[in-house]
Amino acid sequence: MLRLPKFELENPTTVAEAVALLARHGDDAQVIAGGTDLVPNMKHELFTPDVVVSLAGIAELRGVCVRDDGTVCIGAMTTLDDVAASEPVRARALAVTQAAALIAGPQLRRMGTLGGNVMLDTRCQWYNQTHFWRQALGFCLKKDGTLCHVVEGGGKCVAAASNDTAPALMTVGAVLVFHGPDGPREVPIDDLWHPDGIYNKKVRGELLTEVRIPPRADDGTRLLGAYGKLRERGSIDFPLFGVAVRLDVDANDTIQDADLCSVALQARPVRLKKMAELLRGVTLGSDAFQDAVATCAAQAAKQCRPLANVPGDADYRHAMVPVYVRRTLLAAAAGSGPVHHI
Amino acid sequence: MRLQRLQINGDRIEVAAPSHWTLLEVLRYRLGLTGSKQGCDKGDCGACTVLIDGKPVLACLTLSALCEEREITTIEGLLPAHLRSGGTGPDPVQDAFDRCGALQCGFCQPGMMLSARALLNENPAPSRAEIKDALAGNLCRCTGYTQIVQAVELVVAEAAGSEPEPPAWAPNANPWKNGCAKNGHEEPPARATDNGEGA
Ligand SMILES: Cc1cc2nc3c(=O)[nH]c(=O)nc-3n(C[C@H](O)[C@H](O)[C@H](O)COP(=O)(O)OP(=O)(O)OC[C@H]3O[C@@H](n4cnc5c(N)ncnc54)[C@H](O)[C@@H]3O)c2cc1C
Ligand code: SF4
Ligand code: FES
Ligand code: FES
Repeated sequence: MLRLPKFELENPTTVAEAVALLARHGDDAQVIAGGTDLVPNMKHELFTPDVVVSLAGIAELRGVCVRDDGTVCIGAMTTLDDVAASEPVRARALAVTQAAALIAGPQLRRMGTLGGNVMLDTRCQWYNQTHFWRQALGFCLKKDGTLCHVVEGGGKCVAAASNDTAPALMTVGAVLVFHGPDGPREVPIDDLWHPDGIYNKKVRGELLTEVRIPPRADDGTRLLGAYGKLRERGSIDFPLFGVAVRLDVDANDTIQDADLCSVALQARPVRLKKMAELLRGVTLGSDAFQDAVATCAAQAAKQCRPLANVPGDADYRHAMVPVYVRRTLLAAAAGSGPVHHI
Repeated sequence: MRLQRLQINGDRIEVAAPSHWTLLEVLRYRLGLTGSKQGCDKGDCGACTVLIDGKPVLACLTLSALCEEREITTIEGLLPAHLRSGGTGPDPVQDAFDRCGALQCGFCQPGMMLSARALLNENPAPSRAEIKDALAGNLCRCTGYTQIVQAVELVVAEAAGSEPEPPAWAPNANPWKNGCAKNGHEEPPARATDNGEGA
């Protein structure tokens, strides 16, 4: 039986009230959205805030809308289920809907939100454990201790970003809207991350209110995308490796641009390098496409070095990197994503 | 400690509980509704599944103070809800789980049956893949899931008045057709015992 540590619960009904509460309580407060990450973490005594500020009562944070200029705006409290089923999001960010649909299990997708997924704490098999367990092993850097169990002698936490929607949102250049005491500001998702497993975001203490997918360039290209996810059980688990693909193809099915981003490797989601260079100018279905896909997969295997931070054998995860990159690229081209093993 | 006004299984209930208590704790340790099981207590297993506004969610991760003005259904409410809507006996999902032997230790059952009930309310004729998808967040360490999926398929078939598919393990002798002794169905065939008399 796991009990929550004591806290006071605040239930604001507007963004302004929530922002004021966060400003007043500073580091003593923590935001709760769906609670599917925060509640287990609090039960494990990884977070023991005095005040928990719930966003459940803020109606303006829920739902998807499309602006006149084509920007798709997703409220931070929109559930993963609703993101997965959203037609505007699917049309503009296929990898995002596919990633959302593969997160956790059905009950958790109904409770968990997109905002909570973006702001998810990093994960590590030596960290996401009860206080008793962590104490028995010896506390680590990320919480209460001074050493890392993953990298011997390591002075930096390498707990893994494990949020499936993050790499998918990166491939479509999503923009995050944060509200603080000074009002709202926009942060491109690429600029959110900080490569430190203890806290992997550059924004702290502000409220994420909206995730925006900017309009696509009017260049006549078509968007293709897919998400590939390796996990232990197809029904519920966090990613052991995740890769999101975006391909922009012209009327002749020739790739004009491409982006591949991955997750569950290190503290921040990582953009795979040189992928656009390898894929640009290649026509889907051609022999050159098959060759380019194989080269991308081999390149990805060189760039990605899974660590013993999340469960699953690191060598096995490494061997799966080229497999998932290849299959997810092919699935994006064929429109047959997502890629997962069940 | 604060007074929470909850709506559980059609009843309005006032209960005093601290803000840091989960809905599962309030159900089990304040209200005595122990049908919702405390398995992993951290979102992995689905044993604590309840319906909030008709949708299966996890009571172990839900703060009860945030459930005011929501309609909560626990396993204890399934049969009364069925009776209220004019049915007789247990909910067809409960009946089918019973007849199919879709349980061993029973720990996953309350959550499993609530997920199944919510699925059937939304989609009365789900495919096998849709059933498996809907039950993916309810883990069972005993049955191997085969009979659980069959139980849901039995409800679907009987509601449609069609003959349920025979189970894989008895392709030629459909046990659902004969029914079982429970709940107004036919008596099972008498079994021979060692002394030659019917059991
Ligand atoms: C068994 C299990 C399996 C899971 N599997 C996966 C998986 O496969 N992939 C995956 O990505 N996740 C997984 N999760 C984690 C979680 O369910 C999802 O990431 C979910 O999207 C988290 O959203 P939430 O609303 O529940 O966040 P919460 O738990 O409420 O919050 C998470 C964090 O974000 C902060 N936060 C939330 N909203 C905001 C906001 N608007 N502004 C600022 N900060 C905010 C909170 O303070 C907290 O630190 C799993 C969880 C469980 C229990
Ligand atoms: S990587 Fe894991 S073991 Fe190392 S400091 Fe971070 S959480 Fe602790
Ligand atoms: S007890 Fe809630 S999911 Fe296991
Ligand atoms: S019957 Fe034992 S867990 Fe399902």
